[in-house]
Amino acid sequence: MRINESTLVAAPAGTVWRYLADPENYLRFLSGITHWEVVGDQVNGLGARYRILVRVGAAEVGGLIEMVEWNEPFDIAWHSVTGVDHRGRFRIREQGAGRTRIEYRFAYGVVGGGIAGILAEVAAVLAVRGQMRRSLRQLKRQVEHEQRRLEVERLRAARAPARQ
Amino acid sequence: MLGFLRERLSSRLDARLEDRDPDFIRESLPLLWLLSTFYFRAEVRDLGNVPADRPVLLVGNHSGGNVIVDTFIFSLAFSTHFGVERPFHQLAHNLAIAWPLAGGMLRKSGTLSASHEHAEAALAAGAPVLVYPGGDWETHRPSWEGSRIDFAGRKGFVQLALDAGVPIVPVVSIGGQETALFLSRGARLAQALRLDRHARLKVLPISLALPWGLNVGDFAGHLPLPAKITIEVLPPIDLEREFGPDPDVDDVYDLVTAQMQDALDALAAERRFPVIG
Repeated sequence: MRINESTLVAAPAGTVWRYLADPENYLRFLSGITHWEVVGDQVNGLGARYRILVRVGAAEVGGLIEMVEWNEPFDIAWHSVTGVDHRGRFRIREQGAGRTRIEYRFAYGVVGGGIAGILAEVAAVLAVRGQMRRSLRQLKRQVEHEQRRLEVERLRAARAPARQ
Repeated sequence: MLGFLRERLSSRLDARLEDRDPDFIRESLPLLWLLSTFYFRAEVRDLGNVPADRPVLLVGNHSGGNVIVDTFIFSLAFSTHFGVERPFHQLAHNLAIAWPLAGGMLRKSGTLSASHEHAEAALAAGAPVLVYPGGDWETHRPSWEGSRIDFAGRKGFVQLALDAGVPIVPVVSIGGQETALFLSRGARLAQALRLDRHARLKVLPISLALPWGLNVGDFAGHLPLPAKITIEVLPPIDLEREFGPDPDVDDVYDLVTAQMQDALDALAAERRFPVIG
């Protein structure tokens, strides 16, 4: 099953990238997430590994994931190593006028399980899509807030020499 | 002939930890997830209280007659939280393990026939082990005692944790006793029929359950009502830290059951209606 959701944020791609590249931010914007932990010494970048858990229905699903694409400032993609088979991607594309489109792609599959597996895959779509939409809304809020903070900082820095 | 049957039965009851099959468990998760999410509206809280890197003795209250839906829900939650790769074993009554088809599936799920030795072997191999000290006595208690911890004074789990040197993690669950209307344990009936001697059964439960109506014994199980199941994992109890180097079994038993009863009372207080939750 593959689900795509996207949002347009009022911030340049660089700001979006810096926000998404920091693993500490994932607990702040990913909806339904109950656990996010860096596994190993590598905090981010290609090959970084995280243990994640997201509540879907009666279970927390997730496992170990590994970053398999780290193409600044365009793409971050990951694959599952253990746990529920899935892959995900944040696709970041500038749209001009200081705006950026973030596409959140998520594909998952239930191994085996026969008809129950197919039903579970379909039944989980609503829950997963809802979480992706809420995550993007949160992400948009956080990134735009960060962008406003950066602009204020820049204005202050520009005024500082004039006062002296 | 009798010897042959006895040999077959005892070989079925042997604890073979390697019978657990992670691929089988992974493939059974979708069905368990569907049932848990949509039929039982299950909620499993605070699984993070189970230490991720060491064996522990999980001690639960047993509910639901012979259809122990909360065990399946907990197993689903455990497997998705920690991954099917992490070994996890449950102890079950000999009759369940020896059953031809269901017994095989239980063994693949990591279930071992209930004995001190089997649990010790699993803990020594580094796996968390789930036990239900109340066993058949507790799981067949009347529905109106659904929010009562009743281990019938069985303290073997304390000695097991002490022998293995592992912490106890209490697991309380509510809703299982609403999957049928359990009327009586039928303890006197079981005694009169000498089931205790012949089949290690102290009860011959009587309930009203689907699809049978009046259900005596619950040997063939029943179709559970869609009762909301809520399970809560309590913080681990480190016996040596809590009770010193030589803990008293009675003190540990009292603490564990008291903590479980408090947590179960809180879960019961959240429920507004039977079955609906």
